[in-house]
Amino acid sequence: MTVTEAPPIITSRFGHSDSHTLERSLATGGYDGLKAAMAKTPTEVGDEVKSASLLGRGGAGFPAGTKWGFCPPGVWPRYLVVNGDESEPGTYKDRLLMERDPHQLIEGVLIACYAIGAAQAFLYVRGEMALAQERIAQALNDAYAAGYIGQNILGSDFSVDIVLHWGAGAYIVGEETALIESLEGNRGMPRLKPPYFPAAKGLYMQPTVVNNVETLANLPWIISKGGAKFAELGAESSRGTRMFAVSGHVRNPGVYEVEFGVTTFRDLIYAPVYGGGIRDGHSLKAFIPGGASAPWFYEEHLDIPLEAGAVGAAGSMLGSGAIVVMDDTTDAVKAAWRVVRFFARESCGKCTPCREGTSWLEKVLRRILDGHGRPEDVGLLLDVCDNISPGIAWPPKQTTICPLGPSVVSPIASAVVRFKDEFIAYCGGTAESPVAISGKAYLPMRTTKPNEVAGV
Amino acid sequence: MSDTQASVGTVILTINGKQVEAEAGELVIEAAESNGTYIPRFCYHPRMEPVGMCRMCIVEIDTGRGPALLPSCMITVAPEMVVDTESEVTKKAQDGVLEFLLVNHPLDCPVCDKGGECPLQDQTMSYGPGESRFIEEKRHFEKPIPISDLVTLDRERCILCDRCTRFASDVAGDTLIHFQDRGNQTQVNTFPDHPFASYFSGNTVQICPVGALTASPYRFKARPWDLDQVESTCTTCAVGCRTLVQSSRNEILRYQGVDIDPVNWGWLCDKGRFDFESVNSDDRLGAPLVRDGDAMLPVTWGAALSKAAAAIAAAEPARIAVIGGARLTNEDAYAWAKLAKGVIGTDNVDAQLGDGLPAEVVLGLPRATIDETFTVGGTVLLLAPDLKEELPVLFLRLRHAVLKDNVTVVELAPQRTSASPLAAATLLHRPGSEGEVMAAVLAGSTDREVGGVSPEAIAEAAALLADGPVTVILGRSNLGDDGAGAVAAAAAIHADNPEVRFLSALRRGNVHGALDMGLAPGVLPGRVSLEAGGAWFQSNGWPTMPTGRGLDTRGILQAAADGKIDVLVMLGADPLANFPDTGLATRALAAARTVVAVEHFLTASARHADVVLAAAGYAEVDGSTTNVEGRVSTVARKITPPGTARADWMIAAELSRLLGTDLGLESVEQIWSEIESLAPSHAGITWDLLRSDESRDGVVVPLAADAARPSLLDYTAPADTTAPAFDAYSLRLVASRKLYDLGTTTQRSGSLAGLVGGTDVRLNSYDFDRLGIEPGANVTLTGSAGSLTLVAQRDDGVPRGSAAVYVNQGPAVGSLIDSAQAVAEVRVERA
Amino acid sequence: MARLTETNLGTAHEIISRYPRPKSALIPLLHLAQEQDGFVADDAMAHIAELIGVTPAEVLGTCSFYEMFKREPVGDYLINVCTNIACMLVGGEELLHHLEGRLGIKAGSTTPDGTFTLEDVECIAACTEAPCLQVNYRYVNKVSHAEADTLIDDLRAGRRAGEVPKHGVLARVRQQIPAERRAGNAAPGESGEPVWLQSAARPTEAGAGT
Ligand SMILES: Cc1cc2nc3c(=O)[nH]c(=O)nc-3n(C[C@H](O)[C@H](O)[C@H](O)COP(=O)(O)O)c2cc1C
Ligand code: SF4
Ligand code: FES
Repeated sequence: MTVTEAPPIITSRFGHSDSHTLERSLATGGYDGLKAAMAKTPTEVGDEVKSASLLGRGGAGFPAGTKWGFCPPGVWPRYLVVNGDESEPGTYKDRLLMERDPHQLIEGVLIACYAIGAAQAFLYVRGEMALAQERIAQALNDAYAAGYIGQNILGSDFSVDIVLHWGAGAYIVGEETALIESLEGNRGMPRLKPPYFPAAKGLYMQPTVVNNVETLANLPWIISKGGAKFAELGAESSRGTRMFAVSGHVRNPGVYEVEFGVTTFRDLIYAPVYGGGIRDGHSLKAFIPGGASAPWFYEEHLDIPLEAGAVGAAGSMLGSGAIVVMDDTTDAVKAAWRVVRFFARESCGKCTPCREGTSWLEKVLRRILDGHGRPEDVGLLLDVCDNISPGIAWPPKQTTICPLGPSVVSPIASAVVRFKDEFIAYCGGTAESPVAISGKAYLPMRTTKPNEVAGV
Repeated sequence: MSDTQASVGTVILTINGKQVEAEAGELVIEAAESNGTYIPRFCYHPRMEPVGMCRMCIVEIDTGRGPALLPSCMITVAPEMVVDTESEVTKKAQDGVLEFLLVNHPLDCPVCDKGGECPLQDQTMSYGPGESRFIEEKRHFEKPIPISDLVTLDRERCILCDRCTRFASDVAGDTLIHFQDRGNQTQVNTFPDHPFASYFSGNTVQICPVGALTASPYRFKARPWDLDQVESTCTTCAVGCRTLVQSSRNEILRYQGVDIDPVNWGWLCDKGRFDFESVNSDDRLGAPLVRDGDAMLPVTWGAALSKAAAAIAAAEPARIAVIGGARLTNEDAYAWAKLAKGVIGTDNVDAQLGDGLPAEVVLGLPRATIDETFTVGGTVLLLAPDLKEELPVLFLRLRHAVLKDNVTVVELAPQRTSASPLAAATLLHRPGSEGEVMAAVLAGSTDREVGGVSPEAIAEAAALLADGPVTVILGRSNLGDDGAGAVAAAAAIHADNPEVRFLSALRRGNVHGALDMGLAPGVLPGRVSLEAGGAWFQSNGWPTMPTGRGLDTRGILQAAADGKIDVLVMLGADPLANFPDTGLATRALAAARTVVAVEHFLTASARHADVVLAAAGYAEVDGSTTNVEGRVSTVARKITPPGTARADWMIAAELSRLLGTDLGLESVEQIWSEIESLAPSHAGITWDLLRSDESRDGVVVPLAADAARPSLLDYTAPADTTAPAFDAYSLRLVASRKLYDLGTTTQRSGSLAGLVGGTDVRLNSYDFDRLGIEPGANVTLTGSAGSLTLVAQRDDGVPRGSAAVYVNQGPAVGSLIDSAQAVAEVRVERA
Repeated sequence: MARLTETNLGTAHEIISRYPRPKSALIPLLHLAQEQDGFVADDAMAHIAELIGVTPAEVLGTCSFYEMFKREPVGDYLINVCTNIACMLVGGEELLHHLEGRLGIKAGSTTPDGTFTLEDVECIAACTEAPCLQVNYRYVNKVSHAEADTLIDDLRAGRRAGEVPKHGVLARVRQQIPAERRAGNAAPGESGEPVWLQSAARPTEAGAGT
């Protein structure tokens, strides 16, 4: 079992009980990264981040440096919006970073603003996270007083305000365009891409960079130690370290910062220093590798490294670094229903297939669990999924505006194909799929010709 | 469009295997439709920003990265783009969306007003799946809830397409309905106790793609397949919105807006949309009446007409007068002009009721169309009443111009209006002083306050107007003064730059057509003066001609009051309700020896008549009407008039015959050809042209010049008027209209009658302090003509020194106005 | 239960001043109203509409989209039990049902005495601490049924007042931007290329920002 000895990059202060204070931050190299950045030109800072090949940690996994480059030149003002809305089921890391080390985040925000030329930054914290809001408010007040934020930062001509903003309970607001709508005071309903790509038409229709909390928290280290040093860790496209929350049926659930790209799922779930294995006397049934939106993985996927490319090739995603482990006692239908219920409850309602489809699927699964399953229900479930995400493919196609709708397909296809017998036990019939399913993680599976609904 | 332009502006793409041409920037859904492929849609509406929400229009589009399902209402065409609207993937996705839209839909088509004309129903028939696979419990909402006095909402039928909400916020600017709640529970609703009280609410009913929004005046009245329809033009105000008049069993049941580019873009205001109820009113006159003591008795047409004719025959032309006519079609107006001026020989004729502007000003100044007025990036000078209250759909065009086509608006008004929030500058002037304020603005600056306007404000306006081209919207913003101010302002503008063009903002239905047809003192049909055109018309079959210029309505009523009018004919005119100076109107009706009313209803004024002739009205006659631009468009007959009511032109022809002269008019078509052949401004606008497809939008007058005819009257500036001196001890009255008032149209339309708001007197905070009164107190206004007690309200949209009231809302505001005075000064004291 | 108090009005203006556009302050202002009254009253929404220059319907449109805003009073203590997948796997539902039994109410309702409102909520980002819950948005981790009972008793007895403020109160520290440190809002159309980019652009031949 290979557990590499990577240095903690973003959780380095977590050991201290006062890790959230300015004193502790400064005593442990806080804001050195900012000073280092300001010694360089904004362009050089941008290049440094590019060389680190820092992947976004919010879910989409897009290289941060490249994303910054998408802002159209000469269009001002630009904004930075920090995505601290962490709500993807199984995901637990941004809250820790905000509660335990707010100054590290603020420093990262400042470095990003300096590099992209953001004239104002908005730090959007999930509404339910009262302590995170409190800690960040205190940290901002202290950092303003100490001259790290605001007018002429550290006596330079670099000036930027960071405004703390907080939500009010809506998962979809984590989606970057919905986040922007919400920040404009509107209902958190996503905008259509095209034409509303934040980098070009974001907040107030101005160029806007939206970055995840963890993504930005990496910047101080990258700038002070160098992008190359960061890139030495990890493999392939996945460099540096990353925080993973391992939850569910493991002996020691927890949030672990591990080397990205090389550590495997098996390490995280079984290594004594991490998950410690499946809880007493049970065996692994399935696990969600990257948040509720991700297709499930099984025993045979355990040795895949935590590397975006490899996981993608296997038909799922690392998403938001949330690993939810299910042991052999888990009712696959129930597990699928619970995740589907989440998406049904969180659909913003803007587009038809998601608004109507997710709650339809939830109702059908609920009915099945209540003992009123019918042989045709599995076929119905999959066909409705196909109408939300044609081809039940990975990465998903969509008839919807944003990826939330298609997310509902992952748990259903994962459970139906792999645990067919459980569905047959509930519904009878043969649980054949009326539509072709092409998502790799969903295989193996059998299909019949379209419209030949199972059991009828 | 020349070839070069064509090639510059076009894109070649592939739709369903065919190479097609589309305009650059065009949306795929539009490009496909103009090339014969209709893509189903619900949320997309050509007059509103696309939102891509319903997903019905998703089709496979390949922009180079392989085919992807994209909403064709959001994607603009691009070269090499490949669109497939018929692929298996597209079809399945669209069927899927349709099924999703239906799972929670009540499917109560049999009892739904929309049944038969419902896009959702139609899509389901043509594309949709068969019987429902959805066996779960449907979403429930309390069944139809009223969201305003006119509109009802059934949230179970709603498919959340965002059309009504987008219309309310983006088009009308009345964000009173909005999405609420989230996800599967999302609904459209109002804020508690804030109803959807918008003048434009009816449009949401028309654009709702399902039966979620229904109009109370139409609910359960008919099924689309019982409706029979004809295209016409609304004459409720002078904007001239294109409409569909729909009826069943000889009763008008609904008006729908028709989308024509130059005017209304498909929109209607609620007054225009719902006042069909007044056409069907039981109070409509179905037979002529003749006075017998205090009673008005129904009589035969013969009896009524000969009584009227006898009175006319017995009087000298100069002692005969005709007021009104804005209600008439162009053809009716011509017939009456010919009778009055060409047969009787009187020039005491005026279609306006002292509430408009002199005919020479309206007809003489260079005219602009609505589109010309709102050219992209242009500047508009607003010298007009509150457009939202008087010409509602013109207000929508102005709003769009400002918000979408960066048109700059500078407003000169006696009080803030609905346009003020859109204006770059609003100069609030003292009533009657528009002329001097305008002069100062044109001069660029002043060192002192002018007409209540500060030097700063004047300089700002001057700067804004500097980079023209400027177009002026000119109307009568205050019925409390005599309009000389507006006339003087227009004169100053024209003198400063004769190129500047004007869009008239006179409100009443076909008032512009009536003026074109000669129903005003000193003019003859076709925008010619009496002097210039007299000979021409006499040599073309007009038996006689007035000897000199006659009186306008004010002059006529004054003369009548002085006992100098023997016969007063009111052509759909109700001076007691509409002439600003009620006192004079009352005295005139009492003193005129014989009063003849040609009417739809027994109005307050008609009750004073000796003879009332029942006229056919809107949707009961064919013909044409003319809007603010001078755009002539057709109005159509859809139902028969009540009882024996007759078209106004027939009444004119009959009277003429009884007076011993054949008017020479036999049919609407023949009248129009006489207009086309004689009226100098109407040359070339033939009956067939007006009814041809390419003139569906109407034809703007003049179309072609005809050298053989008298030349059109050109503008002559009025004699200089100096703004009346300002009396610091009193306030100046600002009297303006509201959309809904006690006029017959609103009052005979059951659904609208209740919407009349009444009036308080609105004063500037400064005057409250100065007069030592509190908001909400009763105050007595005393003018030279009378006095009146009203509740005082604080409104800083009214400038210091002015007192603002609404006319025709109940309180006798007309008793404060003496039309002999240039402005109405009133003293305000605690009652 | 109504419009914002004088003090809160001051706070409201301060919040609004941090954004380039007033409407951006809407969600924070709704929180302020909820902090004041324990829920968001219609009058408060109408007041907020005036403050940011929109219609009450728009304010309600936003308010009703977000779960945390309650339009009727709730209990002094809002108990949110997570039953999402990670918690469900290790007893989240059982915890919820236990509390339903203990409080004698169904999830989604309030005890007759108005002390507790119980809710069945989605993931609250404490998955490794499952089963978990929040009381007025303060976390309680790895909650056994026994611990749940003590929690209820403590709250009833006011023993947790220190860590659990009244419903509506989130952060107990507000951001304060000192006037003299303030960089200022960057409103569209009113601010051009940042100075530090211009100065930086001079030495190196680099273009704007990235
Ligand atoms: C339905 C949905 C929910 C999302 N939720 C979050 C979230 O809670 N936090 C987050 O950082 N990103 C979330 N994202 C991803 C954001 O849209 C965006 O990609 C990300 O914040 C970009 O930051 P990064 O590039 O630093 O990862 C979500 C995306 C979708 C489609
Ligand atoms: S997919 Fe769902 S969440 Fe995304 S826009 Fe459509 S309705 Fe909203
Ligand atoms: S019409 Fe295009 S999404 Fe609705």
